[in-house]
Amino acid sequence: MKAIYILCLRQLKRYIRSPARIIGSLGQPILFLVALGFGMRAMFARAGGGNYINFLSPGIISMAILFNAVFSGIEIIWDRQFGFLKETLVAPVSRLEIVLGRMLGGAIVAFAQGLIVFVICLIAGFRFVYSPNLPLAIFFMFMISLLFAGIGTVFGSVMQDMQGFPLIINFIIMPIFFFSGAIFATNGLPRVLLILLRLNPLSYGVDGLRGALINQFAFGLMTDLAVVTVLTALLLAIGSYFFSKIQL
Amino acid sequence: MGEIIAVHDLVKNYGQFCAVNHISFTVAEGKIFGFLGPNGAGKTTTIKMLTTVLDPTSGKILVNGHDPTRDQKQVRRSFGIVFQDPSLDDELTAYENMDLHGILYGVPHAERVERINMLVDFVGLGERKKDFVKTFSGGMKRRLEVARALLHNPRILFLDEPTIGLDPQTRNHIWSYIQQLSKEEGVTVFFTTHYMDEADRVAGDVAVIDHGKIVAQGAPSELKERTKCANLEDAFIALTGHAIREEEANAMDRMRMMGRAWRGGGRR
Repeated sequence: MKAIYILCLRQLKRYIRSPARIIGSLGQPILFLVALGFGMRAMFARAGGGNYINFLSPGIISMAILFNAVFSGIEIIWDRQFGFLKETLVAPVSRLEIVLGRMLGGAIVAFAQGLIVFVICLIAGFRFVYSPNLPLAIFFMFMISLLFAGIGTVFGSVMQDMQGFPLIINFIIMPIFFFSGAIFATNGLPRVLLILLRLNPLSYGVDGLRGALINQFAFGLMTDLAVVTVLTALLLAIGSYFFSKIQL
Repeated sequence: MGEIIAVHDLVKNYGQFCAVNHISFTVAEGKIFGFLGPNGAGKTTTIKMLTTVLDPTSGKILVNGHDPTRDQKQVRRSFGIVFQDPSLDDELTAYENMDLHGILYGVPHAERVERINMLVDFVGLGERKKDFVKTFSGGMKRRLEVARALLHNPRILFLDEPTIGLDPQTRNHIWSYIQQLSKEEGVTVFFTTHYMDEADRVAGDVAVIDHGKIVAQGAPSELKERTKCANLEDAFIALTGHAIREEEANAMDRMRMMGRAWRGGGRR
């Protein structure tokens, strides 16, 4: 248990000590929030969608979490290159404890970034229509963090170096973000897109978070809860498995 | 005294390339054992298998009475290691790196604080313990890694080229401490080095490995006697240089060697 705690703490320390990273990774969500939020606002309202900033904000929060969580998993490659991974792998603790500590640390970092983006969304004009269910929103934010920290861990364990990094960004992370319902509503979508959306784990996280904040569900609360919980547990297990297979 | 490390018929293949080729040796408890060989000979691969981070292709290993492929925890608890390349977290301070290690190895808090302070003082980093490791020079990082490897009172200390990049003062300092540790507390030391004078001075026994095979084994004095050389460096070259001459005799052999060197280059 102590191993999980100290490895988790290590990641939090690294996060807090790197303000450049904190600010740097806010760039992309802010860009999307401003460009899409204000650019498409009039069009969205005219199409009968209501307040676009309100619709978009949960998606942007999810985006910040998605990117940070996956990066935290991929950090394994850094630790491999800079040698710290070896130090943990020869320690008399199970690989499961090591990887749980890492994933938990990564998830908390991603969650913290999500909270910062949440505040930025409020500043940009995000308003609650109904009284929001904040504990539920926090639950979904944290589950998205854990889920994608697990996915990042799989990539970080399998990849030997950073060569495959653009591949993962462009062919996995970006599609996950765009086809998650983070920036558009599900009604009136072409069939193919709708299928993609339904297969995408982030869709349920975004939908749950949006539902908790502005009471607007596409799949329903129970579906979101069930899918997100089961997938998170599954990906933590898969991430742990791949990490345990690392050899130096 | 018993054998604390016993290796029998150990093999590691990477695809076609054979990094470690049917080697057997033992290390007596409390001894300082030098594992010598040219670059790419299979030293680091062997250490990785002894320290549970790499599975052997075949063969049997016992470290402190346990099998590194099965009883990983017992094996891991029994050794400390200084790797060939750095393994510190640059974004943490020297103290935090030590503390993290102590917690991973389950050293109780009071003992941890005491030993960390004692060890960082010993390697001359007492004044710098609150500084980030990223501000340290290569030599300082090395010293910190030696201190860290000793933190949990290991029975065996693996040192993979521990004195690389260190000045003679620090090298002497570290070796005299390690010799003292071995003498007083019976810690077994397993090290690799390219400094033959160092091996000659500190090692009770050495094994010379070349192209994945052990070509000689025994006390440095025995090796010198056998090769009729005045010092271990000459003996080492006599032992491992021999293979190069054989290579030159046969063009086909040489091409095969080069192929091996290329394919082996990426992983050590």
